[in-house]
Amino acid sequence: MEQTLAEKILARAAGKKEVSPGELINAKIDMALGNDLTAPVAIREFKKIGVEKVFDRERLALIPDHFIPNKDIQSAELAGVLRRFARQQEIVHYYEVGRMGIEHALLPELGLTLPGEVIVGADSHTCTYGALGAFATGVGSTDLAAVMATGELWFRVPPTIRIVFHGQLPPWISGKDLILYTIGQLGVDGARYAALEFCGPVIEKLEMDARFTIANMAIEAGAKAGLIAPDEITFEYLAGRAQRPYTALHGDVGAPVSQEFNWDVSTLEPQVSLPSSPANARPVTAAAGTAIDQVVIGSCTNGRMDDLRQAATLLKGRQVHPRVRLIVIPATQAIYLQALQEGLLETFIRAQAVVSTPTCGPCLGGHMGILAAGEVAVATTNRNFTGRMGHRGSQVYLAGPAVAAASAVAGEITHPAALQEVN
Amino acid sequence: MRTFRGKVWTFGDDIDTDAILPARYMNSPDPRELARHCMEDADPSFMEKISPDDIIVAGKNFGCGSSREHAPLAIREAGIACVIAGSFARIFYRNAINIGLPILESPDAAAFLEEGCTAEVNLQTGEIMDLASGRKFSAAAFPSFMQEIMAQGGLINFVKGKV
Ligand code: SF4
Repeated sequence: MEQTLAEKILARAAGKKEVSPGELINAKIDMALGNDLTAPVAIREFKKIGVEKVFDRERLALIPDHFIPNKDIQSAELAGVLRRFARQQEIVHYYEVGRMGIEHALLPELGLTLPGEVIVGADSHTCTYGALGAFATGVGSTDLAAVMATGELWFRVPPTIRIVFHGQLPPWISGKDLILYTIGQLGVDGARYAALEFCGPVIEKLEMDARFTIANMAIEAGAKAGLIAPDEITFEYLAGRAQRPYTALHGDVGAPVSQEFNWDVSTLEPQVSLPSSPANARPVTAAAGTAIDQVVIGSCTNGRMDDLRQAATLLKGRQVHPRVRLIVIPATQAIYLQALQEGLLETFIRAQAVVSTPTCGPCLGGHMGILAAGEVAVATTNRNFTGRMGHRGSQVYLAGPAVAAASAVAGEITHPAALQEVN
Repeated sequence: MRTFRGKVWTFGDDIDTDAILPARYMNSPDPRELARHCMEDADPSFMEKISPDDIIVAGKNFGCGSSREHAPLAIREAGIACVIAGSFARIFYRNAINIGLPILESPDAAAFLEEGCTAEVNLQTGEIMDLASGRKFSAAAFPSFMQEIMAQGGLINFVKGKV
C-alpha cells in the first residue's frame, strides 16, 4: 500500500513496515522540547514518575523564550526551575538568555530538527519543523513528562490532507499569505486530527523561511502536523547545520489522502486575518483603512531573516506613522546579529521602530507590547484570539511582514503596493 | 468512574485555550492559582457563578489553540466535573485524558443542553441525560488504550506502571 510522508515517518518510528490512519502506535521520539511555561509543569510530573534521568540528555531541548528575559518575579521562578533542572540533568540543549531564541526558530537554525524524525514539543507550534519533512507535533506537559522518562509516546496515525499550490506567486505574497489563505479555506478545525501536506510547484520554489511560516500555522487549522517533503532547498539549508545523521523520507506517489485541495495562487492578494480567528482570512483590501495602534513583526511565524528583509524594504527611508508603535523582534540571536550586519536594524531604528531582544513577548500577551482595551494591532504572529495580545477588548489582525510594515507607515491597514505608489 | 449531576454552562464553537486560561496567568504553574482565572476571557464572571460538579457544554473544536495543559488543569481545579462538547481540539483532548479531566464528545448533547439546565452524566457508560426532559444522549466511546490511561488516573500513573 502506498503511504504518505506522515505515515512513512510514523511507521519507521514505531518500528513497523506500514501504518494506516486511525491506528494507535507507540513511536520513538527523536527530539523533545519544552519552554519556560510548559516545561516546569512537565518537570513536576516527570518527578512523580520516579526515574532519575531523562531518556537522553541530547534529545531534550529546554528553551526559555516566552516570558524571557524574565518579565516578573513569578516568571523568574519558572525560568529558575528550567535552569536548575537543565543543570542537574546535564541537558545539552539548554539555551540561556544571550544564546536563546524563540524555540521554533532556534531548533531548526541549530540543526536539531531533521527530516524523517518524530519530534514532540510542549508547545502547539512544534509543527513548524514539518517544513523540513519531519513529523513534528505539539503535546501537553504531561505528554512531555512521559517522553522525558521513556523516549516514547503514543499517537493515533492521522489521515493526510494534501494542499497543492499552483501558479506563479504575485509580488508581495509570502508564505504567510499562503497559510492564512489555507486556514481561511479550511476553517480552524478543518484539519482537526489530520496531517496537512503542502506541495506543488509554488512550494517547491519557496525558501526555507517561508516554508517554516507555512508549517508553523498548520495547528491553526487544527492539524496535528504540517509537512513539506524535503528537497534540494531543504538539504542545502541543513548542510553544515544538521547535528545528527538523518534519513529523509518521501511519500509514495499516489498515496491515498483523505482530502486534496488544488489552488492557483497567481492572483492571490496579500492576506489578513480579521479578529478574532486566524480563519477570518481576507484579501488585505477588505481591511484596508482600518486604523491601528501597534504593529508587531516577529514570533516563531515571521521573525526570520526573510521576514525582516521584507519589512526593511518597505521601511527603508520611511517613518512609522506617529500614531503607531512598531515593535520588531528578531527570533534568535543569530538572526539579530545577521540583521545588524545587513543594516536592517538601522533601517528599523531610523524608521522609529523598537527593536527587541529575541522573545515570544507580545505574541501571547506576555510582555514587550501588551494592548490596552480598544487598541488594534497588526501582527505577523499566528493567533488573534480574543485577549491574545492583551486586554480582551483589544483586537489583532494577522498578516505577513510586508502588510505589517506597510501598515505601520500608513497608520492603517495597507496593501504594500499602495504604500509604494504614494511615496 | 462515577455518576453525577451538575448545572450546565454553555459556550459556543472554537473556544480556544486563550479564552479558557489566558497566557498572562501562566507565570504560575499552580493549578489552584490557574483555576481562579478559568474561562476568564470567554466569560469574566464564570468563576463567581459556578459550583462544584457543574458541567461545561460547548460546541465544536473546544480547546483549540495552544498546547497549554494549564487550560484543562484550570477547569479541573475549578471543580468542573466534565466537559461535554461537539468535538475537541486534538491537544486539549490528549491533555484532558492525561491529567484526568473527564471529557465527553457528543454533538447531539452539546446542541440540546441549555445553559442553566441540570444534566446527569455517567462517566462509565458515557450516558448524558437532561434531567428536566429525560432526553438521553450517548457520547463516543474512548479506545480501550485511553480507557486504561483514565482508569489509572492519568498518564503519569500509567507510565509509572511501565518504567
Ligand atoms: S512566538 Fe508566539 S506562537 Fe511562537 S512559540 Fe512564542 S508564544 Fe508561541
